[in-house]
Amino acid sequence: MEPSLKLLKIGLVKMFHLNDMLFAITADQGGWELFKNSLLPMIKGGIKYTIPLTLISFVAGLILALLTAIMRLSKSSIVRTPAIVYVSAIRGTPLLVQLFIVFYGLPSLNITIDPFPSAIIAFSLNVGAYASEIIRASIISISKGQWEAAYTIGMTQNTALRRIILPQATRVSIPPLSNTFISLVKDTSLASLILVTELFRRAQEIAAVTYDFMLIYIEAAILYWIICFLLSIVQQAIEKRLERYTAT
Amino acid sequence: MLLSIKGLAKSFNELEVLKDIEVEIEKGKVLSIMGPSGSGKTTLLRCLNALEQPDRGIFTFDDGLTLNFEKKISKQDALRLRRKSGMVFQSYNLFPHKTALENVTEGPIIVQKRNKADVQELAESLLEKVGLKDKMNLYPHQLSGGQQQRVGIARALAIEPELMLFDEPTSALDPELIGEVLTVIKDLAKENWTMVIVTHEVQFAEQVSDEVIFMDGGYIVEHGPPDKVLKAPREQRTQQFLQRILNPS
Repeated sequence: MEPSLKLLKIGLVKMFHLNDMLFAITADQGGWELFKNSLLPMIKGGIKYTIPLTLISFVAGLILALLTAIMRLSKSSIVRTPAIVYVSAIRGTPLLVQLFIVFYGLPSLNITIDPFPSAIIAFSLNVGAYASEIIRASIISISKGQWEAAYTIGMTQNTALRRIILPQATRVSIPPLSNTFISLVKDTSLASLILVTELFRRAQEIAAVTYDFMLIYIEAAILYWIICFLLSIVQQAIEKRLERYTAT
Repeated sequence: MLLSIKGLAKSFNELEVLKDIEVEIEKGKVLSIMGPSGSGKTTLLRCLNALEQPDRGIFTFDDGLTLNFEKKISKQDALRLRRKSGMVFQSYNLFPHKTALENVTEGPIIVQKRNKADVQELAESLLEKVGLKDKMNLYPHQLSGGQQQRVGIARALAIEPELMLFDEPTSALDPELIGEVLTVIKDLAKENWTMVIVTHEVQFAEQVSDEVIFMDGGYIVEHGPPDKVLKAPREQRTQQFLQRILNPS
Protein backbone atom coordinates (compact mmCIF):
# COMPACT_ATOMS: atom_id res chain seq x y z
CA MET A 1 0.00 0.00 0.00
CA GLU A 2 1.29 3.45 -0.87
CA PRO A 3 2.39 5.59 2.08
CA SER A 4 0.18 8.48 1.03
CA LEU A 5 -2.91 6.29 0.98
CA LYS A 6 -2.04 4.91 4.39
CA LEU A 7 -1.71 8.46 5.71
CA LEU A 8 -5.14 9.30 4.34
CA LYS A 9 -6.65 6.39 6.20
CA ILE A 10 -5.00 7.38 9.42
CA GLY A 11 -6.45 10.83 8.82
CA LEU A 12 -9.86 9.27 8.36
CA VAL A 13 -9.56 7.43 11.65
CA LYS A 14 -8.89 10.71 13.41
CA MET A 15 -11.68 12.47 11.57
CA PHE A 16 -14.19 9.91 12.74
CA HIS A 17 -13.12 10.49 16.35
CA LEU A 18 -12.77 6.83 16.89
CA ASN A 19 -11.73 5.99 20.37
CA ASP A 20 -8.54 4.33 21.51
CA MET A 21 -9.68 0.84 20.77
CA LEU A 22 -10.04 1.61 17.13
CA PHE A 23 -6.49 2.90 16.86
CA ALA A 24 -5.42 -0.70 17.07
CA ILE A 25 -7.05 -1.10 13.72
CA THR A 26 -5.11 -0.02 10.68
CA ALA A 27 -5.69 -0.45 7.04
CA ASP A 28 -2.80 -2.80 6.45
CA GLN A 29 -3.94 -5.50 8.87
CA GLY A 30 -4.69 -8.87 7.36
CA GLY A 31 -7.92 -10.82 7.70
CA TRP A 32 -7.60 -12.68 10.98
CA GLU A 33 -5.80 -9.86 12.76
CA LEU A 34 -8.41 -7.35 11.63
CA PHE A 35 -11.19 -9.71 12.67
CA LYS A 36 -9.72 -10.05 16.15
CA ASN A 37 -9.07 -6.35 16.56
CA SER A 38 -12.57 -5.41 15.42
CA LEU A 39 -14.23 -7.84 17.76
CA LEU A 40 -13.73 -5.84 20.93
CA PRO A 41 -15.08 -2.50 19.63
CA MET A 42 -18.10 -4.23 18.15
CA ILE A 43 -18.83 -6.24 21.28
CA LYS A 44 -18.47 -3.08 23.33
CA GLY A 45 -20.93 -1.36 21.01
CA GLY A 46 -23.21 -4.31 21.52
CA ILE A 47 -22.98 -4.33 25.30
CA LYS A 48 -23.10 -0.57 25.70
CA TYR A 49 -25.86 0.18 23.20
CA THR A 50 -27.40 -2.72 21.27
CA ILE A 51 -28.40 -4.82 24.27
CA PRO A 52 -29.58 -1.97 26.56
CA LEU A 53 -31.46 -0.43 23.64
CA THR A 54 -33.16 -3.75 22.97
CA LEU A 55 -34.01 -4.50 26.59
CA ILE A 56 -35.27 -1.03 27.53
CA SER A 57 -37.30 -0.65 24.34
CA PHE A 58 -38.79 -4.11 24.73
CA VAL A 59 -39.89 -3.62 28.32
CA ALA A 60 -41.29 -0.14 27.63
CA GLY A 61 -42.88 -1.47 24.45
CA LEU A 62 -44.54 -4.34 26.32
CA ILE A 63 -46.07 -2.01 28.89
CA LEU A 64 -47.36 0.18 26.07
CA ALA A 65 -48.58 -2.93 24.24
CA LEU A 66 -50.53 -4.25 27.23
CA LEU A 67 -52.17 -0.88 27.70
CA THR A 68 -53.00 -0.65 24.00
CA ALA A 69 -54.34 -4.20 23.88
CA ILE A 70 -56.65 -3.54 26.83
CA MET A 71 -57.80 -0.28 25.27
CA ARG A 72 -58.54 -2.08 22.01
CA LEU A 73 -60.66 -4.64 23.84
CA SER A 74 -62.75 -1.93 25.48
CA LYS A 75 -66.42 -1.60 24.62
CA SER A 76 -66.14 2.18 24.44
CA SER A 77 -65.09 3.54 21.06
CA ILE A 78 -63.57 6.61 22.71
CA VAL A 79 -61.10 4.33 24.45
CA ARG A 80 -60.65 2.03 21.47
CA THR A 81 -60.05 4.55 18.70
CA PRO A 82 -56.75 6.08 19.88
CA ALA A 83 -55.34 2.58 20.25
CA ILE A 84 -56.47 1.61 16.76
CA VAL A 85 -54.99 4.75 15.21
CA TYR A 86 -51.70 4.28 17.05
CA VAL A 87 -51.30 0.67 15.94
CA SER A 88 -52.27 1.50 12.38
CA ALA A 89 -49.88 4.47 12.13
CA ILE A 90 -46.90 2.58 13.52
CA ARG A 91 -47.51 -0.54 11.48
CA GLY A 92 -48.14 1.52 8.37
CA THR A 93 -44.87 3.47 8.41
CA PRO A 94 -41.25 2.31 8.15
CA LEU A 95 -39.32 2.06 11.38
CA LEU A 96 -36.49 4.05 9.83
CA VAL A 97 -38.87 6.91 9.07
CA GLN A 98 -40.13 6.82 12.67
CA LEU A 99 -36.56 7.00 13.93
CA PHE A 100 -35.79 9.96 11.67
CA ILE A 101 -38.93 11.81 12.75
CA VAL A 102 -37.95 11.49 16.40
CA PHE A 103 -34.28 12.35 15.94
CA TYR A 104 -34.15 14.68 12.94
CA GLY A 105 -37.74 15.88 12.83
CA LEU A 106 -38.54 16.86 16.41
CA PRO A 107 -35.69 19.43 16.70
CA SER A 108 -37.61 21.66 14.28
CA LEU A 109 -40.31 21.79 16.98
CA ASN A 110 -37.57 22.73 19.41
CA ILE A 111 -37.57 19.25 20.89
CA THR A 112 -34.06 17.92 20.72
CA ILE A 113 -33.44 14.44 22.01
CA ASP A 114 -30.09 12.68 22.12
CA PRO A 115 -29.49 9.73 19.81
CA PHE A 116 -29.87 7.00 22.42
CA PRO A 117 -33.14 8.20 24.01
CA SER A 118 -34.46 8.98 20.52
CA ALA A 119 -33.83 5.39 19.54
CA ILE A 120 -35.52 4.15 22.72
CA ILE A 121 -38.61 6.25 22.02
CA ALA A 122 -38.90 5.09 18.42
CA PHE A 123 -38.26 1.43 19.17
CA SER A 124 -40.62 1.36 22.17
CA LEU A 125 -43.43 2.87 20.12
CA ASN A 126 -42.74 0.36 17.40
CA VAL A 127 -42.67 -2.67 19.68
CA GLY A 128 -45.74 -1.36 21.51
CA ALA A 129 -47.82 -1.42 18.34
CA TYR A 130 -46.74 -4.84 17.12
CA ALA A 131 -46.81 -6.52 20.51
CA SER A 132 -50.24 -5.07 21.32
CA GLU A 133 -51.71 -7.09 18.46
CA ILE A 134 -50.04 -10.22 19.81
CA ILE A 135 -51.29 -9.60 23.34
CA ARG A 136 -54.78 -8.77 22.12
CA ALA A 137 -54.92 -11.97 20.11
CA SER A 138 -53.70 -14.03 23.07
CA ILE A 139 -56.30 -12.50 25.39
CA ILE A 140 -59.03 -13.25 22.85
CA SER A 141 -57.75 -16.82 22.49
CA ILE A 142 -58.53 -17.61 26.14
CA SER A 143 -61.96 -19.22 26.28
CA LYS A 144 -64.96 -17.23 27.45
CA GLY A 145 -65.50 -19.90 30.10
CA GLN A 146 -62.39 -18.72 31.93
CA TRP A 147 -63.82 -15.21 32.25
CA GLU A 148 -67.13 -16.65 33.41
CA ALA A 149 -65.54 -18.95 35.95
CA ALA A 150 -63.62 -15.97 37.33
CA TYR A 151 -66.81 -13.91 37.51
CA THR A 152 -68.69 -16.67 39.30
CA ILE A 153 -66.17 -16.75 42.12
CA GLY A 154 -66.86 -13.04 42.53
CA MET A 155 -64.03 -11.46 40.56
CA THR A 156 -64.36 -8.10 38.87
CA GLN A 157 -63.24 -7.74 35.27
CA ASN A 158 -59.88 -6.30 36.32
CA THR A 159 -59.14 -9.05 38.81
CA ALA A 160 -60.18 -11.69 36.30
CA LEU A 161 -57.87 -10.17 33.69
CA ARG A 162 -54.94 -9.98 36.07
CA ARG A 163 -55.30 -13.28 37.92
CA ILE A 164 -56.89 -15.60 35.38
CA ILE A 165 -56.68 -14.34 31.82
CA LEU A 166 -53.27 -12.68 31.51
CA PRO A 167 -51.29 -15.56 33.04
CA GLN A 168 -52.79 -17.86 30.42
CA ALA A 169 -52.45 -15.31 27.63
CA THR A 170 -48.78 -14.92 28.53
CA ARG A 171 -48.19 -18.55 27.76
CA VAL A 172 -49.83 -18.14 24.37
CA SER A 173 -47.96 -14.97 23.54
CA ILE A 174 -44.42 -16.08 24.39
CA PRO A 175 -43.52 -17.53 20.96
CA PRO A 176 -44.78 -14.56 18.91
CA LEU A 177 -43.36 -12.06 21.41
CA SER A 178 -39.98 -13.78 21.18
CA ASN A 179 -40.14 -13.18 17.46
CA THR A 180 -40.75 -9.51 18.06
CA PHE A 181 -37.88 -9.43 20.52
CA ILE A 182 -35.44 -11.06 18.12
CA SER A 183 -36.55 -8.73 15.33
CA LEU A 184 -35.94 -5.84 17.68
CA VAL A 185 -32.35 -6.96 18.34
CA LYS A 186 -31.69 -6.77 14.63
CA ASP A 187 -33.69 -3.60 14.07
CA THR A 188 -31.53 -1.75 16.58
CA SER A 189 -28.88 -1.68 13.82
CA LEU A 190 -31.01 1.09 12.30
CA ALA A 191 -30.03 3.26 15.25
CA SER A 192 -26.62 3.52 13.58
CA LEU A 193 -28.29 5.97 11.21
CA ILE A 194 -29.11 8.37 14.03
CA LEU A 195 -25.57 8.24 15.40
CA VAL A 196 -25.99 5.69 18.17
CA THR A 197 -22.63 3.95 18.31
CA GLU A 198 -24.11 0.50 18.62
CA LEU A 199 -22.71 -2.68 17.21
CA PHE A 200 -23.38 -1.98 13.57
CA ARG A 201 -22.21 1.61 13.65
CA ARG A 202 -18.94 0.34 15.06
CA ALA A 203 -18.76 -2.04 12.12
CA GLN A 204 -19.39 0.80 9.69
CA GLU A 205 -16.73 2.92 11.29
CA ILE A 206 -14.17 0.15 11.08
CA ALA A 207 -15.14 -0.70 7.53
CA ALA A 208 -14.84 2.93 6.53
CA VAL A 209 -11.22 2.88 7.60
CA THR A 210 -10.16 -0.52 6.40
CA TYR A 211 -12.32 -0.95 3.31
CA ASP A 212 -12.65 -4.57 4.34
CA PHE A 213 -16.45 -4.48 4.06
CA MET A 214 -17.01 -8.17 3.57
CA LEU A 215 -15.01 -9.25 6.58
CA ILE A 216 -16.32 -6.58 8.93
CA TYR A 217 -19.98 -6.89 7.99
CA ILE A 218 -19.84 -10.69 8.14
CA GLU A 219 -18.32 -10.29 11.58
CA ALA A 220 -21.19 -8.00 12.61
CA ALA A 221 -23.67 -10.49 11.20
CA ILE A 222 -22.10 -13.30 13.24
CA LEU A 223 -22.34 -11.23 16.40
CA TYR A 224 -26.05 -10.53 15.81
CA TRP A 225 -26.56 -14.18 15.09
CA ILE A 226 -24.93 -15.20 18.36
CA ILE A 227 -27.08 -12.76 20.35
CA CYS A 228 -30.26 -14.05 18.69
CA PHE A 229 -29.22 -17.65 19.16
CA LEU A 230 -28.68 -17.10 22.88
CA LEU A 231 -32.07 -15.38 23.10
CA SER A 232 -33.82 -18.29 21.45
CA ILE A 233 -32.36 -20.57 24.10
CA VAL A 234 -33.79 -18.29 26.80
CA GLN A 235 -37.14 -18.36 24.99
CA GLN A 236 -37.20 -22.15 25.00
CA ALA A 237 -36.42 -22.20 28.71
CA ILE A 238 -39.29 -19.82 29.45
CA GLU A 239 -41.71 -21.82 27.32
CA LYS A 240 -40.70 -25.00 29.03
CA ARG A 241 -41.32 -23.46 32.42
CA LEU A 242 -44.76 -22.23 31.41
CA GLU A 243 -45.62 -25.61 29.96
CA ARG A 244 -45.90 -27.17 33.39
CA TYR A 245 -49.63 -26.61 33.51
CA THR A 246 -50.59 -27.37 29.94
CA ALA A 247 -51.50 -30.76 28.59
CA THR A 248 -49.14 -32.01 25.93
CA MET B 1 -88.00 -18.42 50.26
CA LEU B 2 -84.38 -17.72 49.36
CA LEU B 3 -85.16 -16.15 46.02
CA SER B 4 -88.31 -15.32 44.16
CA ILE B 5 -88.19 -14.54 40.46
CA LYS B 6 -90.99 -12.72 38.70
CA GLY B 7 -91.54 -11.83 35.05
CA LEU B 8 -88.08 -12.86 33.89
CA ALA B 9 -87.56 -12.35 30.16
CA LYS B 10 -84.48 -12.51 27.99
CA SER B 11 -83.91 -12.24 24.25
CA PHE B 12 -80.82 -12.74 22.15
CA ASN B 13 -81.27 -10.36 19.25
CA GLU B 14 -84.71 -11.28 17.93
CA LEU B 15 -84.89 -14.65 19.62
CA GLU B 16 -86.90 -14.73 22.84
CA VAL B 17 -85.17 -17.31 24.99
CA LEU B 18 -87.05 -16.71 28.23
CA LYS B 19 -90.64 -15.54 28.31
CA ASP B 20 -92.15 -14.37 31.56
CA ILE B 21 -90.56 -16.91 33.90
CA GLU B 22 -91.78 -17.18 37.51
CA VAL B 23 -89.77 -19.35 39.90
CA GLU B 24 -89.36 -19.57 43.62
CA ILE B 25 -86.26 -21.09 45.10
CA GLU B 26 -86.69 -22.40 48.60
CA LYS B 27 -83.90 -22.45 51.10
CA GLY B 28 -82.36 -25.90 51.52
CA LYS B 29 -84.26 -27.33 48.59
CA VAL B 30 -83.07 -28.74 45.28
CA LEU B 31 -84.67 -27.48 42.10
CA SER B 32 -83.93 -29.29 38.84
CA ILE B 33 -84.52 -27.76 35.46
CA MET B 34 -85.07 -30.11 32.53
CA GLY B 35 -86.03 -29.61 28.94
CA PRO B 36 -84.83 -29.97 25.36
CA SER B 37 -81.83 -27.98 24.16
CA GLY B 38 -82.79 -24.46 23.23
CA SER B 39 -85.60 -24.45 25.77
CA GLY B 40 -83.92 -21.67 27.79
CA LYS B 41 -82.91 -23.69 30.84
CA THR B 42 -79.24 -22.78 30.73
CA THR B 43 -80.08 -19.13 30.09
CA LEU B 44 -82.35 -19.15 33.13
CA LEU B 45 -79.53 -20.53 35.25
CA ARG B 46 -77.06 -17.99 33.87
CA CYS B 47 -79.45 -15.14 34.66
CA LEU B 48 -79.33 -16.22 38.29
CA ASN B 49 -75.62 -15.52 38.27
CA ALA B 50 -75.63 -12.37 36.13
CA LEU B 51 -73.67 -14.17 33.43
CA GLU B 52 -76.60 -13.08 31.30
CA GLN B 53 -78.32 -9.79 31.91
CA PRO B 54 -82.12 -10.30 31.82
CA ASP B 55 -84.18 -7.84 29.79
CA ARG B 56 -86.97 -7.77 32.37
CA GLY B 57 -87.79 -9.37 35.66
CA ILE B 58 -87.51 -8.89 39.38
CA PHE B 59 -85.33 -10.94 41.73
CA THR B 60 -86.20 -10.72 45.41
CA PHE B 61 -83.89 -12.33 47.95
CA ASP B 62 -84.84 -13.19 51.51
CA ASP B 63 -82.29 -10.69 52.84
CA GLY B 64 -84.09 -7.86 51.10
CA LEU B 65 -81.85 -7.55 48.05
CA THR B 66 -84.16 -6.75 45.17
CA LEU B 67 -83.02 -6.39 41.60
CA ASN B 68 -85.26 -5.03 38.90
CA PHE B 69 -83.89 -5.67 35.44
CA GLU B 70 -86.19 -3.20 33.71
CA LYS B 71 -83.13 -0.94 33.65
CA LYS B 72 -79.60 -2.26 33.24
CA ILE B 73 -78.41 -3.12 36.74
CA SER B 74 -75.22 -1.55 38.06
CA LYS B 75 -71.93 -3.39 38.19
CA GLN B 76 -72.15 -3.45 41.99
CA ASP B 77 -75.58 -5.08 41.87
CA ALA B 78 -74.40 -7.64 39.33
CA LEU B 79 -71.48 -8.40 41.63
CA ARG B 80 -73.78 -8.68 44.65
CA LEU B 81 -76.05 -11.07 42.79
CA ARG B 82 -73.08 -13.06 41.58
CA ARG B 83 -71.59 -13.41 45.02
CA LYS B 84 -74.73 -15.07 46.31
CA SER B 85 -74.20 -18.14 44.19
CA GLY B 86 -71.55 -20.59 43.13
CA MET B 87 -71.58 -21.97 39.61
CA VAL B 88 -70.54 -25.37 38.29
CA PHE B 89 -70.07 -25.42 34.54
CA GLN B 90 -70.68 -28.11 31.97
CA SER B 91 -67.10 -27.77 30.73
CA TYR B 92 -65.65 -27.37 34.27
CA ASN B 93 -63.75 -24.18 33.37
CA LEU B 94 -61.08 -24.83 35.95
CA PHE B 95 -58.15 -22.42 35.86
CA PRO B 96 -55.51 -24.46 34.00
CA HIS B 97 -52.57 -22.50 35.43
CA LYS B 98 -53.54 -23.27 39.01
CA THR B 99 -53.48 -26.52 40.94
CA ALA B 100 -56.69 -28.10 42.21
CA LEU B 101 -56.05 -26.52 45.61
CA GLU B 102 -55.30 -23.09 44.14
CA ASN B 103 -58.47 -23.29 42.08
CA VAL B 104 -60.41 -23.71 45.30
CA THR B 105 -58.55 -21.08 47.34
CA GLU B 106 -58.54 -18.39 44.63
CA GLY B 107 -62.04 -17.05 45.35
CA PRO B 108 -61.84 -16.91 49.16
CA ILE B 109 -58.30 -15.48 49.26
CA ILE B 110 -58.28 -13.09 46.31
CA VAL B 111 -61.91 -11.99 46.20
CA GLN B 112 -63.12 -12.41 49.76
CA LYS B 113 -59.73 -11.60 51.31
CA ARG B 114 -60.15 -14.23 53.94
CA ASN B 115 -57.32 -15.45 56.11
CA LYS B 116 -54.99 -17.67 54.09
CA ALA B 117 -54.49 -20.36 56.71
CA ASP B 118 -58.24 -20.68 57.31
CA VAL B 119 -58.91 -20.88 53.59
CA GLN B 120 -56.22 -23.48 53.15
CA GLU B 121 -57.90 -25.62 55.79
CA LEU B 122 -61.34 -25.05 54.28
CA ALA B 123 -60.11 -25.89 50.78
CA GLU B 124 -58.49 -29.09 51.94
CA SER B 125 -61.66 -30.17 53.70
CA LEU B 126 -63.74 -29.35 50.62
CA LEU B 127 -61.41 -31.35 48.41
CA GLU B 128 -61.67 -34.17 50.89
CA LYS B 129 -65.45 -33.91 50.72
CA VAL B 130 -65.31 -34.40 46.94
CA GLY B 131 -62.78 -37.20 47.38
CA LEU B 132 -59.74 -35.47 45.93
CA LYS B 133 -57.57 -34.54 48.85
CA ASP B 134 -54.73 -36.70 47.53
CA LYS B 135 -54.87 -34.89 44.19
CA MET B 136 -54.91 -31.35 45.50
CA ASN B 137 -51.51 -30.41 44.15
CA LEU B 138 -52.18 -31.61 40.62
CA TYR B 139 -53.02 -29.31 37.73
CA PRO B 140 -56.37 -29.70 35.96
CA HIS B 141 -54.85 -31.37 32.90
CA GLN B 142 -53.54 -34.12 35.17
CA LEU B 143 -57.08 -34.95 36.34
CA SER B 144 -59.87 -36.88 34.65
CA GLY B 145 -63.06 -35.11 33.60
CA GLY B 146 -64.93 -36.37 36.65
CA GLN B 147 -62.15 -35.26 38.96
CA GLN B 148 -62.02 -31.85 37.32
CA GLN B 149 -65.74 -31.43 37.77
CA ARG B 150 -65.45 -32.34 41.44
CA VAL B 151 -62.75 -29.69 41.84
CA GLY B 152 -65.18 -27.33 40.09
CA ILE B 153 -67.78 -28.13 42.74
CA ALA B 154 -65.27 -27.55 45.54
CA ARG B 155 -64.26 -24.25 43.98
CA ALA B 156 -67.89 -23.10 43.90
CA LEU B 157 -68.51 -24.25 47.48
CA ALA B 158 -65.41 -22.42 48.72
CA ILE B 159 -66.93 -19.00 48.32
CA GLU B 160 -69.67 -20.18 50.69
CA PRO B 161 -72.58 -19.23 48.46
CA GLU B 162 -76.20 -19.28 49.52
CA LEU B 163 -77.12 -20.94 46.28
CA MET B 164 -75.32 -23.55 44.17
CA LEU B 165 -75.96 -23.54 40.43
CA PHE B 166 -75.14 -26.51 38.21
CA ASP B 167 -75.18 -26.18 34.43
CA GLU B 168 -75.42 -29.72 33.04
CA PRO B 169 -72.58 -30.82 35.30
CA THR B 170 -72.26 -34.29 33.79
CA SER B 171 -72.99 -33.63 30.11
CA ALA B 172 -69.33 -33.44 29.09
CA LEU B 173 -68.33 -36.55 31.02
CA ASP B 174 -67.67 -40.09 29.85
CA PRO B 175 -70.51 -42.32 31.08
CA GLU B 176 -68.37 -44.15 33.63
CA LEU B 177 -67.39 -40.85 35.28
CA ILE B 178 -70.89 -39.45 35.70
CA GLY B 179 -71.63 -41.37 38.88
CA GLU B 180 -68.79 -39.90 40.95
CA VAL B 181 -70.01 -36.36 40.21
CA LEU B 182 -73.67 -37.13 40.87
CA THR B 183 -72.73 -38.75 44.17
CA VAL B 184 -71.06 -35.55 45.31
CA ILE B 185 -74.13 -33.51 44.36
CA LYS B 186 -76.40 -35.93 46.21
CA ASP B 187 -74.23 -35.55 49.31
CA LEU B 188 -74.65 -31.78 49.08
CA ALA B 189 -78.41 -32.22 48.88
CA LYS B 190 -78.27 -34.21 52.12
CA GLU B 191 -76.42 -31.32 53.73
CA ASN B 192 -79.33 -29.09 52.75
CA TRP B 193 -77.53 -26.91 50.25
CA THR B 194 -79.92 -24.84 48.17
CA MET B 195 -79.27 -25.93 44.60
CA VAL B 196 -80.54 -25.30 41.11
CA ILE B 197 -79.49 -28.01 38.68
CA VAL B 198 -79.88 -28.08 34.93
CA THR B 199 -79.60 -31.74 33.97
CA HIS B 200 -80.57 -34.43 31.51
CA GLU B 201 -80.17 -37.21 34.04
CA VAL B 202 -83.79 -38.16 34.73
CA GLN B 203 -83.06 -40.77 37.36
CA PHE B 204 -80.71 -38.46 39.20
CA ALA B 205 -83.21 -35.60 39.09
CA GLU B 206 -85.82 -37.91 40.55
CA GLN B 207 -83.58 -38.88 43.43
CA VAL B 208 -82.11 -35.51 44.27
CA SER B 209 -84.80 -32.93 43.55
CA ASP B 210 -87.47 -31.47 45.74
CA GLU B 211 -88.95 -29.80 42.73
CA VAL B 212 -88.61 -30.13 38.97
CA ILE B 213 -89.25 -27.57 36.28
CA PHE B 214 -89.78 -28.67 32.71
CA MET B 215 -89.05 -25.95 30.17
CA ASP B 216 -89.73 -25.70 26.47
CA GLY B 217 -89.58 -22.78 24.06
CA GLY B 218 -88.73 -20.27 26.76
CA TYR B 219 -91.67 -21.17 29.00
CA ILE B 220 -92.02 -23.24 32.11
CA VAL B 221 -94.29 -25.97 30.81
CA GLU B 222 -94.60 -28.00 33.97
CA HIS B 223 -93.58 -27.47 37.54
CA GLY B 224 -93.91 -29.74 40.57
CA PRO B 225 -92.37 -32.48 42.69
CA PRO B 226 -90.31 -35.03 40.75
CA ASP B 227 -92.72 -37.91 41.23
CA LYS B 228 -95.37 -35.84 39.47
CA VAL B 229 -93.39 -34.11 36.71
CA LEU B 230 -91.09 -37.02 35.93
CA LYS B 231 -93.29 -40.00 36.77
CA ALA B 232 -96.71 -38.76 35.75
CA PRO B 233 -96.36 -35.65 33.61
CA ARG B 234 -99.56 -33.83 32.72
CA GLU B 235 -98.27 -31.98 29.69
CA GLN B 236 -97.80 -33.70 26.37
CA ARG B 237 -94.51 -31.95 25.69
CA THR B 238 -93.07 -33.25 28.96
CA GLN B 239 -94.27 -36.74 28.18
CA GLN B 240 -92.70 -36.66 24.71
CA PHE B 241 -89.41 -35.33 26.04
CA LEU B 242 -89.14 -37.90 28.80
CA GLN B 243 -89.99 -40.68 26.40
CA ARG B 244 -87.29 -39.53 24.02
CA ILE B 245 -84.54 -39.44 26.60
CA LEU B 246 -85.61 -42.58 28.44
CA ASN B 247 -85.93 -44.62 25.23
CA PRO B 248 -83.52 -43.00 22.80
CA SER B 249 -83.86 -45.72 20.14
